[in-house]
Amino acid sequence: MSTDMTADGAPEAADGTPEPGAVAVAEAPAAPRAQSGAIQGRSPWQLAWLHLRKDKAAMISLAFIVVLVVVSISAPLLAHWIGWGPTDQDRTQGLTVDGLPVGPSGRHLLGTDNLGRDILSRTIYGSQVSLLVGVVSTLLAVAMGVLVGLVSGYFGGIVDSFLSRAMDVVLSFPFLLFAIALVSIYGSSLAISVFVIAFFSWAAVGRIVRGQTLSIREKEYVEAARSLGANDLRIMFVDVLPNLLAPVIVYTTLLIPIAIVFEATLSFLGLGVVPPTPTWGNMLSDSQDFYQVAWWFPLFPGLALLLTTLAFNLLGDGVRDALDPRAERLFQD
Amino acid sequence: MSTDTTSAEPLVEVQDAVKYFPIKQGIIVKREVGRVHAVEGVSLTVRRGETLGLVGETGCGKSTLARCITKLHPLTSGKLMFEGQDITGLSRSQVRPYRRRMQMIFQDPYGSLNPRRRVGSIIGDPFAIHGEGERDERKPKVQELMELVGLNPEHYNRFPAEFSGGQRQRIGVARALALKPSLIVADEPVSALDVSIQAQVLNLLEDLQREFSLTYVFISHDLSVVRHVSDRIAVMYLGQVVELADSEELHDRPRHPYTNALLSAASIADPDQAAARQRIVLTGDVPSPIAPPTGCRFHPRCPKAQEICVQQVPPLLARSGDPDSHLTACHFPVEPGEDLTRVTATIPDEERAE
Repeated sequence: MSTDMTADGAPEAADGTPEPGAVAVAEAPAAPRAQSGAIQGRSPWQLAWLHLRKDKAAMISLAFIVVLVVVSISAPLLAHWIGWGPTDQDRTQGLTVDGLPVGPSGRHLLGTDNLGRDILSRTIYGSQVSLLVGVVSTLLAVAMGVLVGLVSGYFGGIVDSFLSRAMDVVLSFPFLLFAIALVSIYGSSLAISVFVIAFFSWAAVGRIVRGQTLSIREKEYVEAARSLGANDLRIMFVDVLPNLLAPVIVYTTLLIPIAIVFEATLSFLGLGVVPPTPTWGNMLSDSQDFYQVAWWFPLFPGLALLLTTLAFNLLGDGVRDALDPRAERLFQD
Repeated sequence: MSTDTTSAEPLVEVQDAVKYFPIKQGIIVKREVGRVHAVEGVSLTVRRGETLGLVGETGCGKSTLARCITKLHPLTSGKLMFEGQDITGLSRSQVRPYRRRMQMIFQDPYGSLNPRRRVGSIIGDPFAIHGEGERDERKPKVQELMELVGLNPEHYNRFPAEFSGGQRQRIGVARALALKPSLIVADEPVSALDVSIQAQVLNLLEDLQREFSLTYVFISHDLSVVRHVSDRIAVMYLGQVVELADSEELHDRPRHPYTNALLSAASIADPDQAAARQRIVLTGDVPSPIAPPTGCRFHPRCPKAQEICVQQVPPLLARSGDPDSHLTACHFPVEPGEDLTRVTATIPDEERAE
């Protein structure tokens, strides 16, 4: 952090501009280094990144997430190397003579499931669904939450009362009952999962954004923008939104693992993605009857789910610390 | 800023301005349970090219009045004229063309600049909002402004957090100047700054006034600052103007007891003089603007208060012996040489402030 301190200190010295007719008080003469332009100002985002880079847990989590993304994108290629697609049944040696899953071996690195399918291949493909649902539904939820929260907090009054009550209603909805009802009407699909998860997540984002907007709205720079003649739309998106990004980014990284677990829950209950498409949730569900004889069956999808959730959570914590100016950053070095 | 402004045309005229803020209670249906009488019956004229100082204690309505003049708050009643046109009832979109010609400088140099935006785009905001110039055309304009207010134009891409308080206030000044306004309302522009930096910013404002023939409404609670910059000074108490006079006249011959008390509390640089003067200590606190006192609003604390002060609101008039430009709202204006520490009010005790 020592380099940042000099960067912050430099502009102080740069106010050496001569004052026409000034009273005989001058700030410190400009230091030569400040005028050489050698010191670059860092944006708050750069500072946050520098801080995040020091957080080992967050960086390991980030690395894990990057690997996970690469793996899920290259799933077809990996499946080709493994030799088993996610829905390929090993008709010769996929099951024991008793019809039970086969344990890890050279032929199936992580064993097979109850239908003789390769667990490694299925776990890899499962990451596609988890990430897709996790990220897409979170982005939808955040977009909706930011929009509603911003409008609600900025305009206040009746608009705020109405939208806040709407958020309360959504937050008090029984998630699973709603999901079951929806699936029984429309049938289960990826799109329904994404929609259900987004629908139940946006209100929490909305509340956070609303609260922040309420306080930012009263800031003098918003009044300054108004006095310049800026319209509401400009104030909301140019002046208020950038100041909301920090909490929103933090909440987004923390929302992704929740969405992933939501998806797994839905799949576990048979309400999510339609089999035979593998997801970690429906793999866990399938393994229920076999966990006593085939430990590898629930272990690997479960581990994948656990590690992914953990990684996103740790990264979220790291991002929060990095973006929070009150964190102990000041006291380090 | 001693330009001859007595004959200049009025730039802003405020007539009987009243601003109430409703106090609302209730969960779903909001009921008005009271009102804050922030500004009550203020009439003022700001002449082109002059600096009008507004002084008063915290909460006396000077900032509210400033925000009413710049149309940030709508008036509850009264009339507001700007450059000869009535802009009282204009909607937000109708007022936009006028915004170019009246700008504000804010008190808090930390709060008035968006911490997430670069200085270049903050100063360029007025151009962007009023659709002047393309993005790449704005940069030289902004840098010119930065140079004008004594900032290094190379700092175009920096964030407000990288500047000191004085520099930040210069950014605020540059933003206010961008559209070449005729009126600048400065709401305590230096009270958040160190004394040494205050002088720099005040001098900057003075230079800019000369260069661009600006008109200032300058708000402060610091009498010495206001005296330094103002041509005329209006003293406010609880939402009303109690005295209005030329700067020197007000300091030499204050007529309202409140002005006397304010002046006696102002700091004096010379310790001998400071020790010699008599301080007028007012009793009690400023009454609540939710339920202001009857009659003269100053009567609960006034050393000269009498029965009539409780019943009648004193009009803002030129009192006998004063020039026409010296207006005082008091039934018993202070005579020159009168010692306010030796008089006692003759009103019932329940009317007195504790």
